[in-house]
This record gives sequence, structure tokens and C-alpha cells, in this order.
Amino acid sequence: MSASAAHLEAEALRRGLLRRKLLDQIFVLVGLIVMFACLAILAILFIDLVRDGAERFGWDFFTNFASRHAERAGILAAWVGTSLIMLVTATCAVPVGVAAAIYLEEYAPKNWFTAVIEINVTNLAGVPSIVYGLLALGLFVYQFDLGQSIIAAGLTLALLILPIVIVATREAIRAVPKAIREAAYGLGATRWEVTKDHVLPYSTGGILTGMILGLSRAIGETAPIITIGALSFIAFLPESPLKGEFPFISFAWLKDPFTAMPIQMFNWVSRPDQAFQANAAAAGAILLGMTLVMNGLAIWIRYRFRKKINW
Amino acid sequence: METAVANEDAARNAHNPASPTGSQTPRVSIAVDDTRKVRTLHVKAAVDNLSFYYGQHRALKNLTIPIAERQVTALIGPSGCGKSTFLRCFNRMHDLQPDTRYEGSITLHPDDLNLVGPGVDPIEVRMRIGMVFQKPNPFPKSVFENVAYGLRLRGMRNRATLAEEVEKALRGSALWDEVKDRLQDSALALSGGQMQRLCIARALATTPEILLFDEPTSALDPIATAKIEELISTLRDQVTVLIVTHNMQQAARVSDYTAFMYLGELIEFDEAAKIFTNPAKKATEDYITGRYG
Repeated sequence: MSASAAHLEAEALRRGLLRRKLLDQIFVLVGLIVMFACLAILAILFIDLVRDGAERFGWDFFTNFASRHAERAGILAAWVGTSLIMLVTATCAVPVGVAAAIYLEEYAPKNWFTAVIEINVTNLAGVPSIVYGLLALGLFVYQFDLGQSIIAAGLTLALLILPIVIVATREAIRAVPKAIREAAYGLGATRWEVTKDHVLPYSTGGILTGMILGLSRAIGETAPIITIGALSFIAFLPESPLKGEFPFISFAWLKDPFTAMPIQMFNWVSRPDQAFQANAAAAGAILLGMTLVMNGLAIWIRYRFRKKINW
Repeated sequence: METAVANEDAARNAHNPASPTGSQTPRVSIAVDDTRKVRTLHVKAAVDNLSFYYGQHRALKNLTIPIAERQVTALIGPSGCGKSTFLRCFNRMHDLQPDTRYEGSITLHPDDLNLVGPGVDPIEVRMRIGMVFQKPNPFPKSVFENVAYGLRLRGMRNRATLAEEVEKALRGSALWDEVKDRLQDSALALSGGQMQRLCIARALATTPEILLFDEPTSALDPIATAKIEELISTLRDQVTVLIVTHNMQQAARVSDYTAFMYLGELIEFDEAAKIFTNPAKKATEDYITGRYG
């Protein structure tokens, strides 16, 4: 091949390469636009809520009960209710979800029965939340006679996030390399020893992340809580879980009626009085803030554990 | 392909030990051909007619081979010949997978425990037979905890005893001098070769009767490999070693006995010196001279 022919060929190669790199750049641009659009929508939403509710922010808003007067109304009952419900939800959903995930990953034989369970768990994540509300109304509120209480709401939301916890935990468990399990089995460990000494400690980051993501989904759920009958106007707090005298811990609050952040918000939004719209916006901003903090926590935990354990 | 005559003889003798008195383990004779003297070996484990199945697939076919006590036995053969599958029968690793099945027996002496017997608990087997894997697989814990884990499983709680045993195991795997000041550091901070020696220490700490090595140096550089090989050579004083290797030179360097496998069958078993200088079978010769594999 002559020198000029080689030169021409190299030219063609370069031109082709430029075209391909241009495509690369276009994709980067499209990706950035889409990402910033998503972020912008969230930011606008948040800023809008904060601006609308600006006049309500203040200590009083957190320490006041709901009121007929918009400027005196607060979210005390709502945030206490939400916190207690989340406590019940977490204590119920996490042990059950993690145990189910461990069973499915480490113990269950691979047959049609476990296949059916797996498909069902995945499907459960897609069931509309109002359906969980109806189930809970029939089962927890009436059948188990728990009434319209914190425990009924907590159990309902626990059902709702159970699939999320199970799926996230299974992913975390699966990320533990087979070689680590073999090392432990090779030393004569039983299945439970392998699980508690290795699989669980090494997947804690993923499990906690799944738990927090589940809770941040549950914290904003409105439909199922309305279905089981949350009150929208409450001017008292549930009984305190901590007591001055022996045995210091009380579970009476579990059976107390409650309200929650999204319920309180819904109530204010549906009022004709324009002044309450500011309350709703302020509550919305706080709820969104709580969710963002929880998600941030999840990311931080994942980061911490990833840094500690890199296979 | 049939098994060498010498091996069939070995198998027969494994069941009728020539002189069971005076020794804890039975002896068998191998290489009873005209050209060489009879050599007697103490048998730590006698593999008899062992077959192994993954579902319907028969991965190992009627293996019969004696494993010499406190000697290094190497398993060689091309990829997929079943040497790792065979190794994993000794500590019942296959039981972790569903739908696997053993036939025949591996009799562990002196108490004549059939390692692959249906009534034998795989966990008991794994407590007596240690294993070192292909890729170094330390736990993401401290160096100390890695070595102590097997002892903790065996119920050892006393801190002083644990520390003593951990040091002993680390010295045994020639790692003590390198890690004695960083016992509480993460094992993941060690180099690849150190990690593999840590894995050896972890297995040694539980004083196994047989130590299995599954291509222990295939993920390591030549210097780390040399250290591990040297270590394996010294280990034969305290433990029976069974090693799978892809590397013929390695097998020649470290092993006392060598078994050549092909397509799930045992082609030839003999002293390493014999296998590598004057193999009886054409297939063995072709493999060790690099004609296939």
C-alpha cells in the first residue's frame, strides 16, 4: 500500500471516530438534561412548599395541637403519631422481613414452592396501598379488635413495606461472596453460624438501607391509614412510653387513637379556609424533609459499610 | 480407561491391611512391578470405588486411591477432569449444593469413618478435614479473628488460649513475623500471598487430619507462590496434604504421590518421582509433557 493510500485510510478512520465520539457526547448531554429536570422538579416542589408555609414555621408549629385557628394550629399530635407508628412498623417489619429473606436465600430448597413464594413477595410490593388498608381494617381493627389505634396503623404499614425489606435484604445477602460462605462452612460452621457470624454482619449496610427506604415509603402513606380510621383532629398525645415509676416502660400507647403527618396535611388541604393552606404546605415541607433525611441516612450507611468491606 | 494394576492392588490392601498391629493406620503397598521394590505407605484415607453425581451427570467414576499419611498427594489433570470435584468430596463441600450424590467410600483412618457415608454428618467431616481455596477468602474481620474463628466454633472461649493457638497457627503458616504487630487490622489489608497464608493458618488452627488445597496458588504471583509451595512442603510433618494443581512443576516440586485424572477417571497413581520421570501410561506422559490439557 502506498503512503498516500495509508494516509487516506487513516483520515477515514479519524472521521469515523469523531462521529462515534459525537454520539457519546450527545448521550452525556441527554443524560444531564434528564437528571437536572428530575432534580429541578423536586427542588421546585420543596421550595414552593417552604415558601407557602414560611409563615407557619417556628417552634409553636411543632408544639401545638391542631386548632380551629390556622395560625395557632400545629403538628404536635401528627409528628408524635407518625414517630410512634414508624417505631411499630420498624419493629414488626424488620425482624420478619430479614428472617424471611434469610430463609429464602440461605435455607429454602430451590423448588416450585419457593418459586411461588418468591413471585408472590415481588407481587406484594406492587399491591395498591389502599388494598392493604382494607385488609387491615378487616383483620387488625375488627378481627383482632385492635381498634383504630397506633398498633393497627403500625402493623398495616409493616405489611406494606415487608416486601421492600425482604427484597432489599435478599439483595444484600446475595452480595456476600460464595467464597466467604465456603470458607466458614469449610471450618465446620453450621448454617446458622454462617448466617449470624458472616452473612448478616457483612450485609448489615444493605439491610439497613432497605429498612430505611421502606420506612421512608411508609412515612408518607395516607390511604391505608385513612382506611383504618385515623382521626384528623386530635388534641391529646398518646400515653407516654416511658414512665416515672416501675416498670418505667408502658405499652398503653399502642392502643391509643392517633393521627399522622399525611393525615394532618390532608385535613388542612381539604379545608375551605385559605389560611390552612399555609399549614398544609409547612407540614408537607417537614414530611418531605423527613423523607429526604431518611434517604440521606440510607446513602450514608451504605457508603460507610462499602468502605469497610470491599471484596 | 482402566486403573493401573498397582492401584488395584493398593485398593485391595486398603481393605486388608498387611500389618494393622503396631500402627494406627493401615499400610498398603504400591508399585509391585518387577523393576522396583515394594514401597509401603501409611494410609490416612482410602478412597474406594468412589463415584460422584451432579444430578444425572456422573462427574467421578470409580476412583480408588490411597492417601498417604503425612505426605503430600497431588491431583493433576486437564481442566474439567474432576480433580477439584474429587477434592471437595473429602470435606463434603458438595452437600451445600442440591441434587448431588456419592457412591463408594472414603475411609478415614484410624477410626474408619466413611467420609461420604450417608449417615455421616458433613459438619463433623469438615471439622476434621480443613480446606484452602483457590482464591484467598479471608473473612472481612481482623487477622486474629480470622484464625480464631475455627477455634471459636469449637467452643474455645479463653482469651489466653485463643491467643496462644492463633500464634501457633500463624507461625505454622510462616506468617507470624509479618502480622504479629497488626493482629487487630483487617485481613483485607494483607497482600494476596499473605491472605492465602492466613487462610492456611485459619485451617491449621483447628488441627485438621487432612488439609485440602484447591489450586492454592493460581491467583498469586510467582514469589507468593514459592512461599506457599515451601510452606506446603513443611506442612507434611504435621498433616496429610491433598493438593489440586494445574501446574505440573508445582506438583513435581511439592508432592510425594501424584494422581493423574482425566474425564472423571483415575488414569495413574504413583510416587511423584515415578509419574514425572517414567509414567506407566501413555496418556499421563502426553499430559505431563504438554501434549494436551
